[in-house]
Amino acid sequence: MSSRPELQAPPEIFYNESEARKYTSSSRIVEIQAKLSERAVELLALPDDGVPRLLLDIGCGSGLSGETLSEYGHQWIGLDISQSMLDVALEREVEGDLLLSDMGQGLALRTGVIDGAISISAVQWLCNADKSCHNPRLRLKAFFGSLYRSLARGAKAVFQMYPESLAQRELILGFAMRAGFAGGVVVDYPHSSKSRKEYLVLTCGPPSVSTAIPSAKGEDGESCSDDDDDSSGDEEHTVSISDRHRPRKKLKVSKKGKDRKWLLKKKDQQRKKGNIVPPDTRYTGRKRKARF
Amino acid sequence: MRLLTHNMLSSNIKGVANGFPLGLEVQKFVEKQVDFNPDFLKNMFPKIEWKALVTAAKTMGYAELPEEVESSMLESEDFLQKFHHALLELHLEEGALICPETGRRFAVTKGIPNMLLHEDEV
Ligand SMILES: C[S@@+](CC[C@H](N)C(=O)[O-])C[C@H]1O[C@@H](n2cnc3c(N)ncnc32)[C@H](O)[C@@H]1O
Repeated sequence: MSSRPELQAPPEIFYNESEARKYTSSSRIVEIQAKLSERAVELLALPDDGVPRLLLDIGCGSGLSGETLSEYGHQWIGLDISQSMLDVALEREVEGDLLLSDMGQGLALRTGVIDGAISISAVQWLCNADKSCHNPRLRLKAFFGSLYRSLARGAKAVFQMYPESLAQRELILGFAMRAGFAGGVVVDYPHSSKSRKEYLVLTCGPPSVSTAIPSAKGEDGESCSDDDDDSSGDEEHTVSISDRHRPRKKLKVSKKGKDRKWLLKKKDQQRKKGNIVPPDTRYTGRKRKARF
Repeated sequence: MRLLTHNMLSSNIKGVANGFPLGLEVQKFVEKQVDFNPDFLKNMFPKIEWKALVTAAKTMGYAELPEEVESSMLESEDFLQKFHHALLELHLEEGALICPETGRRFAVTKGIPNMLLHEDEV
């Protein structure tokens, strides 16, 4: 059976009463969601002035992500499509206000009033057509369009997400850009299948210095078990981006280029993953003559 | 749901040009004490639609807010306390929000507005 909940049932059915309870009583899930939310708040990069902001938690579920916002002292409005998840949030007496709402229908909010938004493990749900009237493209468009309008100028929205494929990530990113957002994807621990986490970091308004993509964590990291995620302060941070606003060239790496050793290692990694890789020869990683 | 949230919500039914403010139908409301934070209030003030807040507070039985405001009032502790109470401490528990253009009711149960739209409203 597929382990992706998105492929099993629509969210309001999948997150029924028993799943909502199971989800929130698992200490492992509670801990993971808290970590993801903390990182999302960090990426929101709100001014460091101690002033509480009004934030959105999109797909807030039982309030695990929203609780992190409360811990930072912020006020928040959470919305979710699953009544059962919201019921658990009520039981847990979260501090934010809750709305039963389908993000794919667009947000019912005034223009320019929200200081920032986070969404933890939720937005990939929008890519499924769960009803005959659902068109993922229209739903993504309605969602990002309304989010863009509701945010104050310069405000950020950070989505931790589990896209099913590269195409799905591109689809989500594409609709965010079309709505007017600037930004891209930050990948923390890209080399670890266990710790790898993706965040879509969006800024409302035209590209500027403040819309630059923040650094990812542990891009070089071999050691990134779940336990040392937060002790990564000293690691070299690098950026993994997929950013429409940047010219292609910038994505290419440095003047010297990668050396043969690096290339052989990469090819080996790909082989271990079962990918088809051309054999290593004396031509591998050789300097090419400049032509034309 | 607090009046803070009410002040941010706007009906997004297809074809509705001005969905703000949503009417309030109050069956039950509760008061909950919340920590007073003047910084938050000052940050929110420019974004608040004041008339809508005054009307909503009255519907919830709180008539202490001044009808007219200006930002200089944020210097007054007394004003901030009233603003705080209206914005964050009055919760609509049971009732409904009403779209000002179409009259469509969004039920509020256990403090949670049901903002789900019907297929033909999207
Ligand atoms: C994995 S849970 C994460 C919940 C919470 N953010 C957390 O970190 O614990 C994903 C949530 O997204 C919600 N969701 C999925 N599709 C949605 C939609 N179209 N609108 C609103 N919420 C949705 C689900 O109901 C579920 O509560």
